[in-house]
Amino acid sequence: MKRVRVGAGLGFYGDSWRPVRASIERGGVQYIASDHLSELTLAILQKDRQKDPTAGYARDGVPMLAELWPLAAKRGVKFVLNAGGLNPQGARHAIAKTFRDKGWKARIATVSGDSVLGRIDELRAAGEPLAHMDTGADLSGVRDRMLFANAYLGAQPIADALSQGADIVLTGRVADAALTLGPLAHEFGWRWDDWDRMAAGLTLGHLLECSGQGSGGNFGSAGEWAKVPDYAHLGYPIAEVSEDGSALFTKPPGTGGRVSFDTIRQQLLYEVHNPHAYYSPDVVLDMGRLKFEDRGNDCVHIVGASGAARPKTLKIVAGYQDGWMGTGMIGFAWPEAYAKCEKSAEIIQTLVKERGWAVEDTNVEYVGYNSLLGANADPTYRDQLNECFLRMTIRTGDKRIADAFGRLFPWLGLSGPPYVGSLKGVQPAKELLGIWPALVRRELVEKNIKIEIENI
Amino acid sequence: MRVPLWKIAHARSGDKADRADIGLFAFDAETYAVLKREVTRERLAAHFAGFNTGPVELWPLDNILALKIVLNGALQGGAARSLRMDNLGKNVAAQLLRMEIEAPQDLPRMKLMK
Repeated sequence: MKRVRVGAGLGFYGDSWRPVRASIERGGVQYIASDHLSELTLAILQKDRQKDPTAGYARDGVPMLAELWPLAAKRGVKFVLNAGGLNPQGARHAIAKTFRDKGWKARIATVSGDSVLGRIDELRAAGEPLAHMDTGADLSGVRDRMLFANAYLGAQPIADALSQGADIVLTGRVADAALTLGPLAHEFGWRWDDWDRMAAGLTLGHLLECSGQGSGGNFGSAGEWAKVPDYAHLGYPIAEVSEDGSALFTKPPGTGGRVSFDTIRQQLLYEVHNPHAYYSPDVVLDMGRLKFEDRGNDCVHIVGASGAARPKTLKIVAGYQDGWMGTGMIGFAWPEAYAKCEKSAEIIQTLVKERGWAVEDTNVEYVGYNSLLGANADPTYRDQLNECFLRMTIRTGDKRIADAFGRLFPWLGLSGPPYVGSLKGVQPAKELLGIWPALVRRELVEKNIKIEIENI
Repeated sequence: MRVPLWKIAHARSGDKADRADIGLFAFDAETYAVLKREVTRERLAAHFAGFNTGPVELWPLDNILALKIVLNGALQGGAARSLRMDNLGKNVAAQLLRMEIEAPQDLPRMKLMK
């Protein structure tokens, strides 16, 4: 019986591709599905492209393929990756250049048409208000501050590119799980309205899209995380899929990490809203009937994905400029480490007030005490901490204020409370971005989808 | 008796725009029944009142012994405009594990944690 093995590539822009080698060499995979785009990565790529029109793609795709392609090509392993970002063609040119320099051959496809930044007026004229999905707010308030706007495409163009013989499919924004569903639908010839099979592909893609989080990484727990073996060599997950959509979820032999009922159900619910209606461009998944059977030895059998018809709309996520963040930090040792941080925060607030700076929000956190646990930090040992760091951030519309804020802190070293550390330079202003999710009729986006193929 | 969730459950959290979402998982069916009874929307709203500004949603998933929890309005508008150290809400799950519930003292996991 035919089985298709898809291995996880990266889980975000900047993730490590070192573990992918084991999946190719020892995991028997036919595809690597690599996710380079988080909700906000496109904002970074937009800045790259403003500086250089040939940029705007996730740069790690090139060195990743430069290292892994010789191994992959030998075994017929194909790559599906959204490293195209805002410029899939640019990514293809960069990869093609590297491949030509090395004398390698490959058929590289790009999938584009997801960017709608240049089509906002056209879409609005076609009756799509692009109002904020959650608040209903009108787009005009952020329209001229928008940095990117991309629709999440589905798996169909990926499958199309593969059926045209592509070895590497480079996309812009697609649903993360489409990177896996595309190859599965292509290999098995699944019908696009076979909702349960679509749901199975979506489930597996979702479990693969965060690399090591699907195989024991970030295993949120007290104590159990320490039992995950060999983090240093944690293997990325692999789905071995059958035609009916059932699958064995595993990882390459001889790697660290853990695939178990516990670790993969954490990933199943990760960044999911309603688990009975998990929306994607290709299907709406109900997770309520999934069965995970832990077979031991890092193998979990998965069946029971059920799907409902795909939505008539696609989701757009746009990002807009939303002010500046200024950051300052200073650390103190015992005695009274926390009290000295608190006093320093008070001093800084006085200075800000005296300067009359327009500050919209101020955030005061104590690293080593409550910067991660917030209001749920336990105050029992607060006043006996060995050391504590004050971290203050402000939100302002004025970049100069955000830059100047950090410069208030070094002075405290000689003129504030005693026993300081961490005066290691000043953090510059950071641009803040608001996220604008909206819905659009899918045909308005899909008519612009373009698949291009280049033989190298 | 009062039991903190970290002794009997595990959890992971993530972000989508201004939402923090958490999966809370029981190690066994007996504990799952207790979680389902005790971890209510009201209790969650109170536990996260320090930073969550919107409604709390909650779905039980009997098939994987899990509760799916969504805090609508917990991330200062979203990771890229948040001023917090934990802008991605990765530690919201750790915060949840500090919540205490009423639970029988002979839950399977409690024996293990002794």
